[in-house]
Amino acid sequence: MTDATWKDWLLSDAPRSRGQARLAGLYQGWLKLSRNWMAMVGLGILVVLVMVAMFAPLLAPHDPFAQDLLLRLKPIGFEDHLLGTDSLGRDILSRLIYGSRITLYIVALVTLIAPVVGLLVGTVAGYLGGFVDATLMRITDVFLAFPRLVLALAFVAALGAGIENAVLAISLTAWPPYARMARAETLTIRNSDFIAAIRLQGAGPLRILVKHIWPLCLSSLIVRITLDMAGIILAAAGLGFLGLGAQPPSPEWGAMISEGRRFILDHWWVATLPGLAIFTVSLAFNLLGDGLRDVLDPKDGGSQ
Amino acid sequence: MTLLSVKDLRVSFPTRQGRFEAVRGVSFDLGRERLGIVGESGSGKSMTGRAILRLIRKPAEVTASHINFDGRNLLDCSEREMRRIRGSQISMVMQDPKFSLNPVMTVGQQIVESYRMHNRASLKEARAKALEMLNAVSIREPERVMDTYPHEVSGGMGQRIMIAMMLVANPRLLIADEPTSALDVSVQRQVLSIMDGLVQQRGMGLIFISHDLNLVSEFCDRVLIMYAGRVVETCAADQLHNARHPYTQGLLNSLPRLDQPRRHLDVLTRDVAWAEEVL
Amino acid sequence: MDAITIKDLDIWFGAGPTRVLAVKGADITVAAGESYGLVGESGSGKSTILRALTGLVPTWSGEMTLGGQQMVPAKRRDRSFYKRVQMVFQDPYASLHPRQSVDQVLSETLYLHGMDNINTRVEKLLSDVGLGPKFRFRYPHQLSGGQRQRVAIARALAGEPDILLLDEPTSALDVSVQAEILNLLTDLRAERGLTYLMVSHDLAVIAHMCDRLAVMRAGETVEVLSAEDLRASRANHPYTQALMANSAGTTGTPQPLESETSQTLMPAANSV
Repeated sequence: MTDATWKDWLLSDAPRSRGQARLAGLYQGWLKLSRNWMAMVGLGILVVLVMVAMFAPLLAPHDPFAQDLLLRLKPIGFEDHLLGTDSLGRDILSRLIYGSRITLYIVALVTLIAPVVGLLVGTVAGYLGGFVDATLMRITDVFLAFPRLVLALAFVAALGAGIENAVLAISLTAWPPYARMARAETLTIRNSDFIAAIRLQGAGPLRILVKHIWPLCLSSLIVRITLDMAGIILAAAGLGFLGLGAQPPSPEWGAMISEGRRFILDHWWVATLPGLAIFTVSLAFNLLGDGLRDVLDPKDGGSQ
Repeated sequence: MTLLSVKDLRVSFPTRQGRFEAVRGVSFDLGRERLGIVGESGSGKSMTGRAILRLIRKPAEVTASHINFDGRNLLDCSEREMRRIRGSQISMVMQDPKFSLNPVMTVGQQIVESYRMHNRASLKEARAKALEMLNAVSIREPERVMDTYPHEVSGGMGQRIMIAMMLVANPRLLIADEPTSALDVSVQRQVLSIMDGLVQQRGMGLIFISHDLNLVSEFCDRVLIMYAGRVVETCAADQLHNARHPYTQGLLNSLPRLDQPRRHLDVLTRDVAWAEEVL
Repeated sequence: MDAITIKDLDIWFGAGPTRVLAVKGADITVAAGESYGLVGESGSGKSTILRALTGLVPTWSGEMTLGGQQMVPAKRRDRSFYKRVQMVFQDPYASLHPRQSVDQVLSETLYLHGMDNINTRVEKLLSDVGLGPKFRFRYPHQLSGGQRQRVAIARALAGEPDILLLDEPTSALDVSVQAEILNLLTDLRAERGLTYLMVSHDLAVIAHMCDRLAVMRAGETVEVLSAEDLRASRANHPYTQALMANSAGTTGTPQPLESETSQTLMPAANSV
């Protein structure tokens, strides 16, 4: 098929199969998202990040762990060290490239845990109501009562330092807002006519939750996660900076800042470059999140 | 005397498939009379009402040869002048009083404010005026109603309050957009006859936008029937039941009637030509 | 045999001091195959009765029998009940899941009713309600109000019920579309021998669709009469007469109804 007929097929008002209907929906969302150039910039940065992480061994000019004390703290552009070296003479560019893997790892793990827990707790509480609701929401309140980083610190202190535990701690502190949001949405959806209609077909609570309520909560959840991702990366970096996250010699960006801070006045690049990396990725997630909100937020009407 | 003259009014929206014209060349003149605009959803009847008050926002676009009100072309007025005209010269009553009354102000405060916005008056005068208006829309115990909040009053009373608020500044033209479709049938006629009485007594012009043919024929002098953004027929309200255009006839025949039982209702078969033909 | 029997039905919302009695002592008997109407204004409790019949409102007392089966308050109805009793909601813009295509809605319903040959059945249902196969994979936002209501009717018919509860099925639609939907409902009843219990505020619609009707006000049935009585203006109760005067399209001074003038201030007007 040519481009034009593909487009017609996708934009058709009368799709002829399940697949076409679904693809058409996705395509219309994509059209809307691609009109937002800021979101496209964000998406571009994230695609680059994923590529970099995938091809790290090919892209990195040096071994990120190879130390050379003779070449320590060399400035940007020194010989073949494009971004200079750190206090142990390791190539900063290579470490940043390998560090993107850790960042993505954190992002992926947190997205797998926090929103899922939040969605489960929130929709169950909202749909069942009564005693279940009260219990689950009070537990949520307990988690919400502590500042996120402090709670994460406490968890890490209890579980032991390390990247997995840091992720776990962040996830455990990140789910309550999702639960609150999912509950609020469930409360409005639960009383709608289309839920009443499916109840009249004899559907049980599990089916209603999974097939009818979750899909409607999902879009705002995705938007929220994307917007929160910056905070999560910063929290992970913060734990790394405090020495409770990734352990040396791991090239985690937060830990790299922490190491570089001792030389920040004389050798600014050692701490600044990983900082810039964190900043760029956080910004990219925020831009994308803003764009996604325009596409997915049901309150804006339009695309469904 | 012509109060409002609209010529070749068009409203269009951008869509992916190009511009969509919701109103396509509507023209009419209005004196001190009651003009009904009838049509189904999507016929452009509400857009017409809003376009006259220039209440249509970007990216929709409004064009017309002229919208003359009292000798002035509203299209040439600045936004500031329009704000002065809205309310003091032309008022609008919307469909649902629940959404058009401010929920955190008492009924009295809202009427007083809307009076003082267009008239230099002391609070006391404005309050007296508000009471007078509430009386005029047949609200008993207006003193008590003045201090209630919108959620405390029934739908029919809310809409009467809306009418009081819209008429307190003594405008010369009232645009009522489905003013009673959110109300129960028993209240509809009561609200309409109050509105009707006030409009006639003050010699105002009225544009009554509705989907209900019976109501319009009862409360108007003249009726425009709109279809797909165009006026397909104009007729005297009491002659509506003798309407000639197949669309109007189709609408009338598709209504179930108490006095004519039948097994199947007539279904309107739409003719593509209706959307294109020019009167 | 009677399809629906209601005796001395009370329905309430809330508990304790905020308890509101929405329906007081309603008595309705609908014969099998009959089309029965409930007329009243907003707040008269007519839709609440339908919701209690389907089990969506569990807080009721009194006697309720559907298709010979005695109902118990607050007890979950089983699937065999929903296979026999179905409901069409008022607003087709709210009664279809915004993210599910027509196909998904109907397939899931058929699956829940334990039907086989789901693919052929979906197409059959669509053609039964006058929608072609090209509508099958559309989402609600790609449908007009009338088309949505047809999908909602198809969904209600999926389990091949005997009793259809219709909650103002056309009040959100244009008059020309209303005629189409009412004709569709007339034909479906004739083809399938359905029993209808239809709620509306529009006397003309009820008189057109129903053999008998009950007029409701403030949670009570005021009068039960046949459609012929209504047409011949043989209504006894002044409230019914006032409703007729206001809705028949007759000119003349409308009589203000008691409900409006006596309830100038709304709150707690019908609480107990």
